Amino acid sequence: MQLRVIGLAFALALGLGNAALAAEKQFELTISGHRFHPETLEVPAGVKVKLIVHNKDNNYEEFHSDDLHREKVFAPKQSGVVIIGPLQAGSYGFMGEFHPDTAQGRVIAK
Amino acid sequence: MLGTAIIIFREVLEASLIIGLILAATRGVSGRMRWIGIGIGGGILGAIVLALVADKITSLADGMGQELMNASILFIAVVLLSWHLLWMKKHAIQISRDMRRIGSEVSSGSKEPIILAVIVGMAILREGSEAVIFLYGLALAGSTAADLTLGTVLGILGGVSAGTILYLGIARVPTGRLFQVSGWLILLLTAGMASQGASFLVQADVLPPLGYTLWDTSWLLSEQSLLGKILHILVGYVDRPMGIQVLFYAATVAIIALIMNMMGRAEARHRTEAATSH
Repeated sequence: MQLRVIGLAFALALGLGNAALAAEKQFELTISGHRFHPETLEVPAGVKVKLIVHNKDNNYEEFHSDDLHREKVFAPKQSGVVIIGPLQAGSYGFMGEFHPDTAQGRVIAK
Repeated sequence: MLGTAIIIFREVLEASLIIGLILAATRGVSGRMRWIGIGIGGGILGAIVLALVADKITSLADGMGQELMNASILFIAVVLLSWHLLWMKKHAIQISRDMRRIGSEVSSGSKEPIILAVIVGMAILREGSEAVIFLYGLALAGSTAADLTLGTVLGILGGVSAGTILYLGIARVPTGRLFQVSGWLILLLTAGMASQGASFLVQADVLPPLGYTLWDTSWLLSEQSLLGKILHILVGYVDRPMGIQVLFYAATVAIIALIMNMMGRAEARHRTEAATSH
């Protein structure tokens, strides 16, 4: 009986833990026409933020940001997650390394 | 075509600087040219394979496969470079023991050249696979083979020039100081790679960043500039580092330097004992 209570408490804790993770702020970022949409992303400072990146182009793109310390290659029509933060307030640039002329963006943390 | 050349140059720069540094630091290791050549060939082949399976790797590990793969490549290089440093230290100690040895040729049969080959391969693997993906993407978009080849060749030439300049620069260091200078350069290279590996583990949500932007020296030297990029590759310079990057960097330098120092002092004690027992 005691074992069951402990097991249930454990499962609840895990569930709550997952709920906390799921409460992470999520933002969608689309790559299309070798540009980012939106080009400026406002996110809350001080918390982890999940960027869900959708590469809608028929070609590869690399999400690259020295400011955010992130780099990730996306295949054509592939989606993926880039987790950033907790960020101090400020502006952080990112770009599409394979199309740097058009694919530029910033994350503004407030 | 110029755009292609520039992007290929950036991807090749990291590998060529590392190869230039390693070549300069390992003169006297027999068989290294052959093995480093094998490392380069293996690295290029591996980069092509990685590029082919890139999207499959990405979806592994809850979508963090790419990050974990990049971190692994970097940490493998860190371990091998550390091994190399300790091996060089041991070798230097042995040379100074045997005053009669004329050259500093390392006898063949040592594992060292193979280790160098793998380090070189790892250096090419990461950015190399990105370069292959980039070229493939250009081909998909309709670039001609001629355009791609020309751009690639120009970019590679640029990268190789940078590596050659580094090699020649280090080669001018007087032989007495060469071991120390190249040793420090490789130590900082290793620490920089450890800090990069840590960055990928943060991206994979495995490690905490411990604060973004511990300092901001982008006004002084931006990582986007050529010099900034070169320093980023060679000594791990980051203009806005995360706390964990600084931690990994400092820890790598401290641990390796400590072990090398202990080796030196054990040798000094050994000699004092040998001298006083006569």
